[in-house]
Amino acid sequence: MMQPRDLLRSRPEGLYCPPGDFFIDPVRPVARALVTHGHADHARAGHGSVLATRETLDIMALRYGEDFAGATQEAALGETVSIDGVRVTFHPAGHVLGSAQIAVEAGGTRIVASGDYKRSTDPTCAAFEPVPCDVFITEATFALPVFIHSNAEEEIGHLLTSVRRFPERTHIVGAYALGKAQRVIALLRKAGYSETVFIHGALVKLCAYYEGVGVSLGPLQPATVEEDGAAPPAGAIVVAPPAATDDRWSRRFADPLSCFASGWMRIRQRARQRGVELPLIISDHADWGELTDTIREMGAAEVWVTHGREEALVRWCELNGIAAKPLHIAGYEDEAE
Amino acid sequence: MERFAELLDRLVLTPARNGKLRLLTDYFATVPDPDRGYGLAALTGGLDFPAVKPAMLRTLTTERVDPVLFAYSYDYVGDLAETVSLIWPADGGTEAPALSHVVERLSHASRSDAPAVMAKLLDQLSPSGRFAAIKLATGGLRVGVSARLTKQALAEFGGVEIQEIEELWHGLTAPYSDLFAWLEGKGPKPENAAQAPFRPVMLAHPAAEADFSALDPEAYAAEWKWDGIRVQAVAEGGIRRLYSRTGDDISGAFPDLVEAMDFDAALDGELLVGDPRSTTGTFSDLQQRLNRKTVSRAMLADYPVFMRCYDLLLLGERDVRALPYAERRPQLAAFLAELPDDRFDLSPEIAFTSWQELDDKRCHPPHPVIEGVMLKRRDSPYLPGRPKGPWFKWKRDPFTVDAVLMYAQRGHGKRSSFYSDYTFGVWSGPAEDPVLVPVGKAYFGFTDEELRQIDKYVRDNTVERFGPVRAVRADLGHGLVLEIAFEGLNRSTRHKSGIAMRFPRISRLRWDKPAHEADRIETLEAMLPAG
Repeated sequence: MMQPRDLLRSRPEGLYCPPGDFFIDPVRPVARALVTHGHADHARAGHGSVLATRETLDIMALRYGEDFAGATQEAALGETVSIDGVRVTFHPAGHVLGSAQIAVEAGGTRIVASGDYKRSTDPTCAAFEPVPCDVFITEATFALPVFIHSNAEEEIGHLLTSVRRFPERTHIVGAYALGKAQRVIALLRKAGYSETVFIHGALVKLCAYYEGVGVSLGPLQPATVEEDGAAPPAGAIVVAPPAATDDRWSRRFADPLSCFASGWMRIRQRARQRGVELPLIISDHADWGELTDTIREMGAAEVWVTHGREEALVRWCELNGIAAKPLHIAGYEDEAE
Repeated sequence: MERFAELLDRLVLTPARNGKLRLLTDYFATVPDPDRGYGLAALTGGLDFPAVKPAMLRTLTTERVDPVLFAYSYDYVGDLAETVSLIWPADGGTEAPALSHVVERLSHASRSDAPAVMAKLLDQLSPSGRFAAIKLATGGLRVGVSARLTKQALAEFGGVEIQEIEELWHGLTAPYSDLFAWLEGKGPKPENAAQAPFRPVMLAHPAAEADFSALDPEAYAAEWKWDGIRVQAVAEGGIRRLYSRTGDDISGAFPDLVEAMDFDAALDGELLVGDPRSTTGTFSDLQQRLNRKTVSRAMLADYPVFMRCYDLLLLGERDVRALPYAERRPQLAAFLAELPDDRFDLSPEIAFTSWQELDDKRCHPPHPVIEGVMLKRRDSPYLPGRPKGPWFKWKRDPFTVDAVLMYAQRGHGKRSSFYSDYTFGVWSGPAEDPVLVPVGKAYFGFTDEELRQIDKYVRDNTVERFGPVRAVRADLGHGLVLEIAFEGLNRSTRHKSGIAMRFPRISRLRWDKPAHEADRIETLEAMLPAG
């Protein structure tokens, strides 16, 4: 049986597979890259070739232009491809549209690099699929026992209650442009909200793409247009990237009420530091319970923990008799979401 | 309980004063008795559950959660109550107890059964409810609402003046049903049942807000502003109470002064350590006596307190607050002449004929425990609160020194995850090869934006880590110079530098100043009081 570290190991560029000579989610340009999902810290432009799901390739093209890589190859979920004798299979990760775990197998050893993932339901992407493996590589963004994400539907309920209670104020919801924004809008629709949702310019192309692949988002309008009369009315919901909510951009709206949809909002002081008045605990990452349940469920002989609070999850594994070690890969934004 | 928990959550995140007032008045209007009364008591610091201590909560939690995971979590969250409320392994029951039941259970808990009572409560509540219960049990809600703001909300709720509420306050007890009945027009105004009640104190505006060219020096009396704590001594009908300026009863900590209050009057003055006939101690001497529940015999002997009196509010049965200062002052002097002179004296007036002359005296005070001068218009009555015009405080300018940032520690609360507590030093040793010696620690005086800049600087220039503390690169050629403002210096045997700074804060970031141009220890030593 091949030693796991001979199959995958961390290098400054990212997670590297020596026998297959490829990287998973490299943070610098490399010859051959496998990409788990379209978030900017995992999917970078400038690689020689990229293997990823259709949606991830499309999203990279939307963000970086059609020529984001020398060559691209679509990975169909569940289908195995061979790269220099290494068997590679993509499985859904439940993080955002197109997100995948990547199973890498050679010499009788299988490692699953799960990228970012979550286990709670999300109407905008396929659900996480557990894959038996020898080594499970898990993220650790919210790997502290204090992170317990609320039920996303209930959080959307808080937003709608606030909109009713403060009809004179524009609710500006900070949400990451890829995935979170569309999930928030889809959840609003699921809760019966049929008004036009106003979106920041950075969301327009991605929302249209989601619609194109069959994720219905209902009536949307750009939040900022030059003509008169098209501005969001008081009491509207505006969805924007987090950075825009406390920026000058948000001050054009009627008495803006700053909301933020993120797992970090579980911590009061995080909300306070950002000047958020209405925290919405909605996350596209697994919370502590999901992380520990998933590790148990995968039953891997060994767990490697990366980007986030590695030490806490490694500690939990030790307490539960599971071999674990932190995998230090630089370059991921462990506090961004 | 959940309604109270929601109120706390919303108060924490509502920045505007008017928004907080609206949340509070809504709470008083929509929550029934007795819960709203206990909520009011919690917000005004009127509940005390001595059996519950933060250390106990920590123990309860680490009996249920791995201590290492708890430590990681606490370090990240930066607030014990919030950490415990989130990490506590229970989903909360379906029947969450009402606030009044929580208060009842906590108040009946003895030191021995408090842990079990607390654990059961935490099991029954949601994370948000747990947070509120912990804040309630350990005191100090810290939700950005002062007792005064809460009373302001009560006044708005009932359409009365806040002074009416403050005067009544000390005769009332939780759950304040009679107060709410009056405020809702359903009952009579409660009688002031407290004996020897607190009278709201009169406060001064900073002189910086005064236009001296428009003020006539002859219309004002001046006296020294002593660096102690402002107190009100009230004795009526055999009841004696010493109050802080916010109306907290602090009699228990100062039995030596209370024993000497053998009179019928209400006095306003400064609490100081020493003997008024010979010595006035520094604020750090006074600190030995503050925030103590019991006082040892040795403490009473080594740090006796006395009151330097500023004003007279009540003389026998007579309320003299409406009289002008010029008439109150001689009555105060005559009254004090009869009191024991080791415990009471009269704050002396300063003679002056022009603002320039007073400024000179302010800059060269005759005693080190003076922190400025007070101006009082001779025709002004004693008014509650901070009326504009009759009183001004004209503080001595703060001292400043240029120091170099040496260590930074992660903050708590609002600043958790930011490096916001700074230890700074000045140069010491030979001029050609100096070393930095720490002289103090400051954690405010900068804006949020400056905090972000310093935080980034700390992260980019870390040379060593010790838990939550980072050592920051600081040498002759490299370092961040901080201009530190402070109120004074004391000799200290606990600090390596031999110096303790009083009230240090960061007054400016000197990005422009090279580290080697920061001040030397000799500059500070020259500022030390003689002795």
